[in-house]
Amino acid sequence: MHAVVGENGAGKSTLMKILYGMQRPDEGTIAIDGEQVALHSPADAIARGIGMVHQHFMLADNLTVLENTTLGAEKLHGIGGRARARIQEISQAYGLGVRPDALVEDLGVADRQRVEILKVLYRGARTLILDEPTSVLVPQEVDALFDNLRGLKEEGLTVLFISHKLDEVLKVADAITVIRRGTTVAEVDPAGTTSRRLAELMVGSELPSPEASESTVTDTEVLAVRGLTLTEPDADGVARTVLDGISLTIHRGEVLGIAGVEGNGQAELVETIMGMRAADSGSVVLDGKDISGLLTRARREAGIGYIPEDRHRHGLLLEAPLWENRILGHVTEAPNSRRGILHPSAARQDTARIVAEYDVRTPGIEVTAASLSGGNQQKLIVGREMSGDPALLIAAHPTRGVDVGAQAQIWDAVRDARRRGLAVLLISADLDELIGLSDTLRVIYRGRIVADADPATVTSEELGSAMTGAAANGNERPEGDTP
Amino acid sequence: MNANTKPPAAAERPAKGLGKGLGKGIDREKLLLAVAAPVLALIATMVITAIVLLCSGKEPFGALRVMGTYLGYSDYQVNTLNQATTYYLGALAVAFGFRMKLFNIGVDGQYRIGAFFAAVAGGAVNLPAVLEIPMIMVVSMACAGLWAGIAGWLKVTRGVSEVITSIMLNAVAGSVIAYLLNPKRLALAVGNDVRTPKIPDSGHFFSFNLAGGQLWGFIIIAALVGIGFHLLLNRTRFGFDLRATGRSESAALASGVNVKRMVVVSMLVSGALAGLIGMPQLLNSSYQYSVDFPAGIGFTCIGIALVGRNNPVGIAFAALLFAFLDTVANPLQFNGYQVELVPVIEGTIVVCVVGTYEVVRRYGLRRQQSRVGEQLGRTGPTATDTAKGVAA
Repeated sequence: MHAVVGENGAGKSTLMKILYGMQRPDEGTIAIDGEQVALHSPADAIARGIGMVHQHFMLADNLTVLENTTLGAEKLHGIGGRARARIQEISQAYGLGVRPDALVEDLGVADRQRVEILKVLYRGARTLILDEPTSVLVPQEVDALFDNLRGLKEEGLTVLFISHKLDEVLKVADAITVIRRGTTVAEVDPAGTTSRRLAELMVGSELPSPEASESTVTDTEVLAVRGLTLTEPDADGVARTVLDGISLTIHRGEVLGIAGVEGNGQAELVETIMGMRAADSGSVVLDGKDISGLLTRARREAGIGYIPEDRHRHGLLLEAPLWENRILGHVTEAPNSRRGILHPSAARQDTARIVAEYDVRTPGIEVTAASLSGGNQQKLIVGREMSGDPALLIAAHPTRGVDVGAQAQIWDAVRDARRRGLAVLLISADLDELIGLSDTLRVIYRGRIVADADPATVTSEELGSAMTGAAANGNERPEGDTP
Repeated sequence: MNANTKPPAAAERPAKGLGKGLGKGIDREKLLLAVAAPVLALIATMVITAIVLLCSGKEPFGALRVMGTYLGYSDYQVNTLNQATTYYLGALAVAFGFRMKLFNIGVDGQYRIGAFFAAVAGGAVNLPAVLEIPMIMVVSMACAGLWAGIAGWLKVTRGVSEVITSIMLNAVAGSVIAYLLNPKRLALAVGNDVRTPKIPDSGHFFSFNLAGGQLWGFIIIAALVGIGFHLLLNRTRFGFDLRATGRSESAALASGVNVKRMVVVSMLVSGALAGLIGMPQLLNSSYQYSVDFPAGIGFTCIGIALVGRNNPVGIAFAALLFAFLDTVANPLQFNGYQVELVPVIEGTIVVCVVGTYEVVRRYGLRRQQSRVGEQLGRTGPTATDTAKGVAA
């Protein structure tokens, strides 16, 4: 039983997807039983005896366990008596206790997970991949799951599971691989390690050092958000408050970091400040000018640079050449156009400048944005948004999906700009990044700012627990308080 | 890409020296691919047409020979150019929408509405030519534009797909014209014909007298509109916003494009261009709108825009091709081929073109990606050093 541990975004899920044939590796090989294989699709993986239990179950609620199990595998044992016999056989062999005729919608989470495992075994898997299997279970169920897994192991099956709950990993795994930012940083024996040591490996001991650069925060307000509230209908059409009276202030030379578990309103906050969503109430003031009523373009012209969370959807025209991407979002600004007329040669020259200054690795500026790697795309975006001296930079996950080298370069670019007096609103899921770059930290939870923290003293663990709404560290803030 | 693709100025900057080299390589390849796609599509069309002819018991390449013969006749050449003028304007109207992923199927109804009201206005007033002709064109463009604007407005306010509304507006346009084209309302009954009053001589556009017949002077307007189309899309902020919206609506939104406004404006412009479709016919040939005013051009133009890849130059070639096929339809019939042959060929072209373009586009993208990867992989982290060597 092998465990893979790592932080959010460390690459665990990507690794598993590659192993399960959902994604193709750029380089490297996979060997099963000593034989090198190329997995092109999950079907290939299943044929080779690899099965995957996803974090989010993939079951049809209105079908029975038997139907769910045979769905897509009808050729194996039919859909009738033989299939039922086989299911019962597997269920008994591994102590899964599954009832073939129960409707999935009547089952609890733990039972559904067992159905998922059964599905995989039914298809003849010898290697099981479990993606964060314990995240949905209560402690007793976790114990039961681990008993099941031990049973599988005793039958000679291999179990590979992903987790970031270190105590559990130490309890059941026979070997642990720690990955960070897409590479294996350690392979450890659970007997000879502690969860503290594992955490250090996961986070990396070289935490970015905030002390390295002295504070550049001034007392000139650049962005002042007051009581921003946004209500939007959710998937079921029920109005939901996504942002609830958010207030914050960012000064010249200050990086304000927002920490929070994803989906707590960060994306909406950014898009509301950018004018892509219309707030129900509250105001956004930039450099003393109320921009609440302005359209996105006018807000950008007023001096906001924006590094979007999803660069493919919001940051780039993938099929357009780099120099056209230089113009995107800055079409009304010099040097891209004058009086409504585009200036392609000037835009090209400026693109060449960005490519050189921000070390965008590209063979030229006529290639499409899609042909660059994620890191280089992001450097181009950062360079573009820094052009024209913005007063405020909104950076949403600026280093997500970016290799280590580009990450350091992007961080340097942000630090440089901050030294020159840029105000930065930083959203990130990478706590190290938040702690390392920010001058001020706020924690967002269910659309409200629930705590603030001092990046000089706070630890990732403390921040992590504040993000879950516990607000144990940092000062509990009364509603509507301004920072 | 185009004439003013200047290679980055400084050759002393090594990274750019390298960029220049590959940049050009990719451009040449892009051009090659751009030509390869239509050529492949035409070959495929010929093969399929030959098979169709074989199945109907005809000699497969005979039709091609007939076409070749008529290509050399000057009257057929003039007819082709006249027809192509109309097609060109219509395909530009469709392409304008396509460039921002708006499917304006309603071009057909738009130009008929435009031409009808233009004919009524032209027949009602008699101004000097410098005013009369622009007045007629403006009326047509305005009416057609507003007609298309209805679809745009419904899309942004009510979220109704422009595909549905614009095609339904075609039917509405037909009914509106049928209602108004009545001696009791805006038309005259002349013998068996029901038509709008004739446009006075001042509203007649000039023609070139050639050996093969009258070449409509409106071809010049069409060429100018083509150039304007190119400049508007590639050299203005508005054009950039439009293309950005077409490439990625979400990125355009984040970049500050007011997408809703763009939808309405684009539909208005697309409709206004559609308003020009009827003009060559009206100002160069019939000078009136009667029940036999050509209909259905809008649908042909959708195919032409697709074949011409929504690009003014490509559309010119596609318009000529379709216009030629239409003019040789009659001679083909004299030579014993079925009337349906031309529509079959035209349909086949569209299907083949759409297929090959997509294949070639994906191939080009993938190839460029792998070439860029290769180039960077080879030079690796010491890109600048290697590049220096290349530049030196």
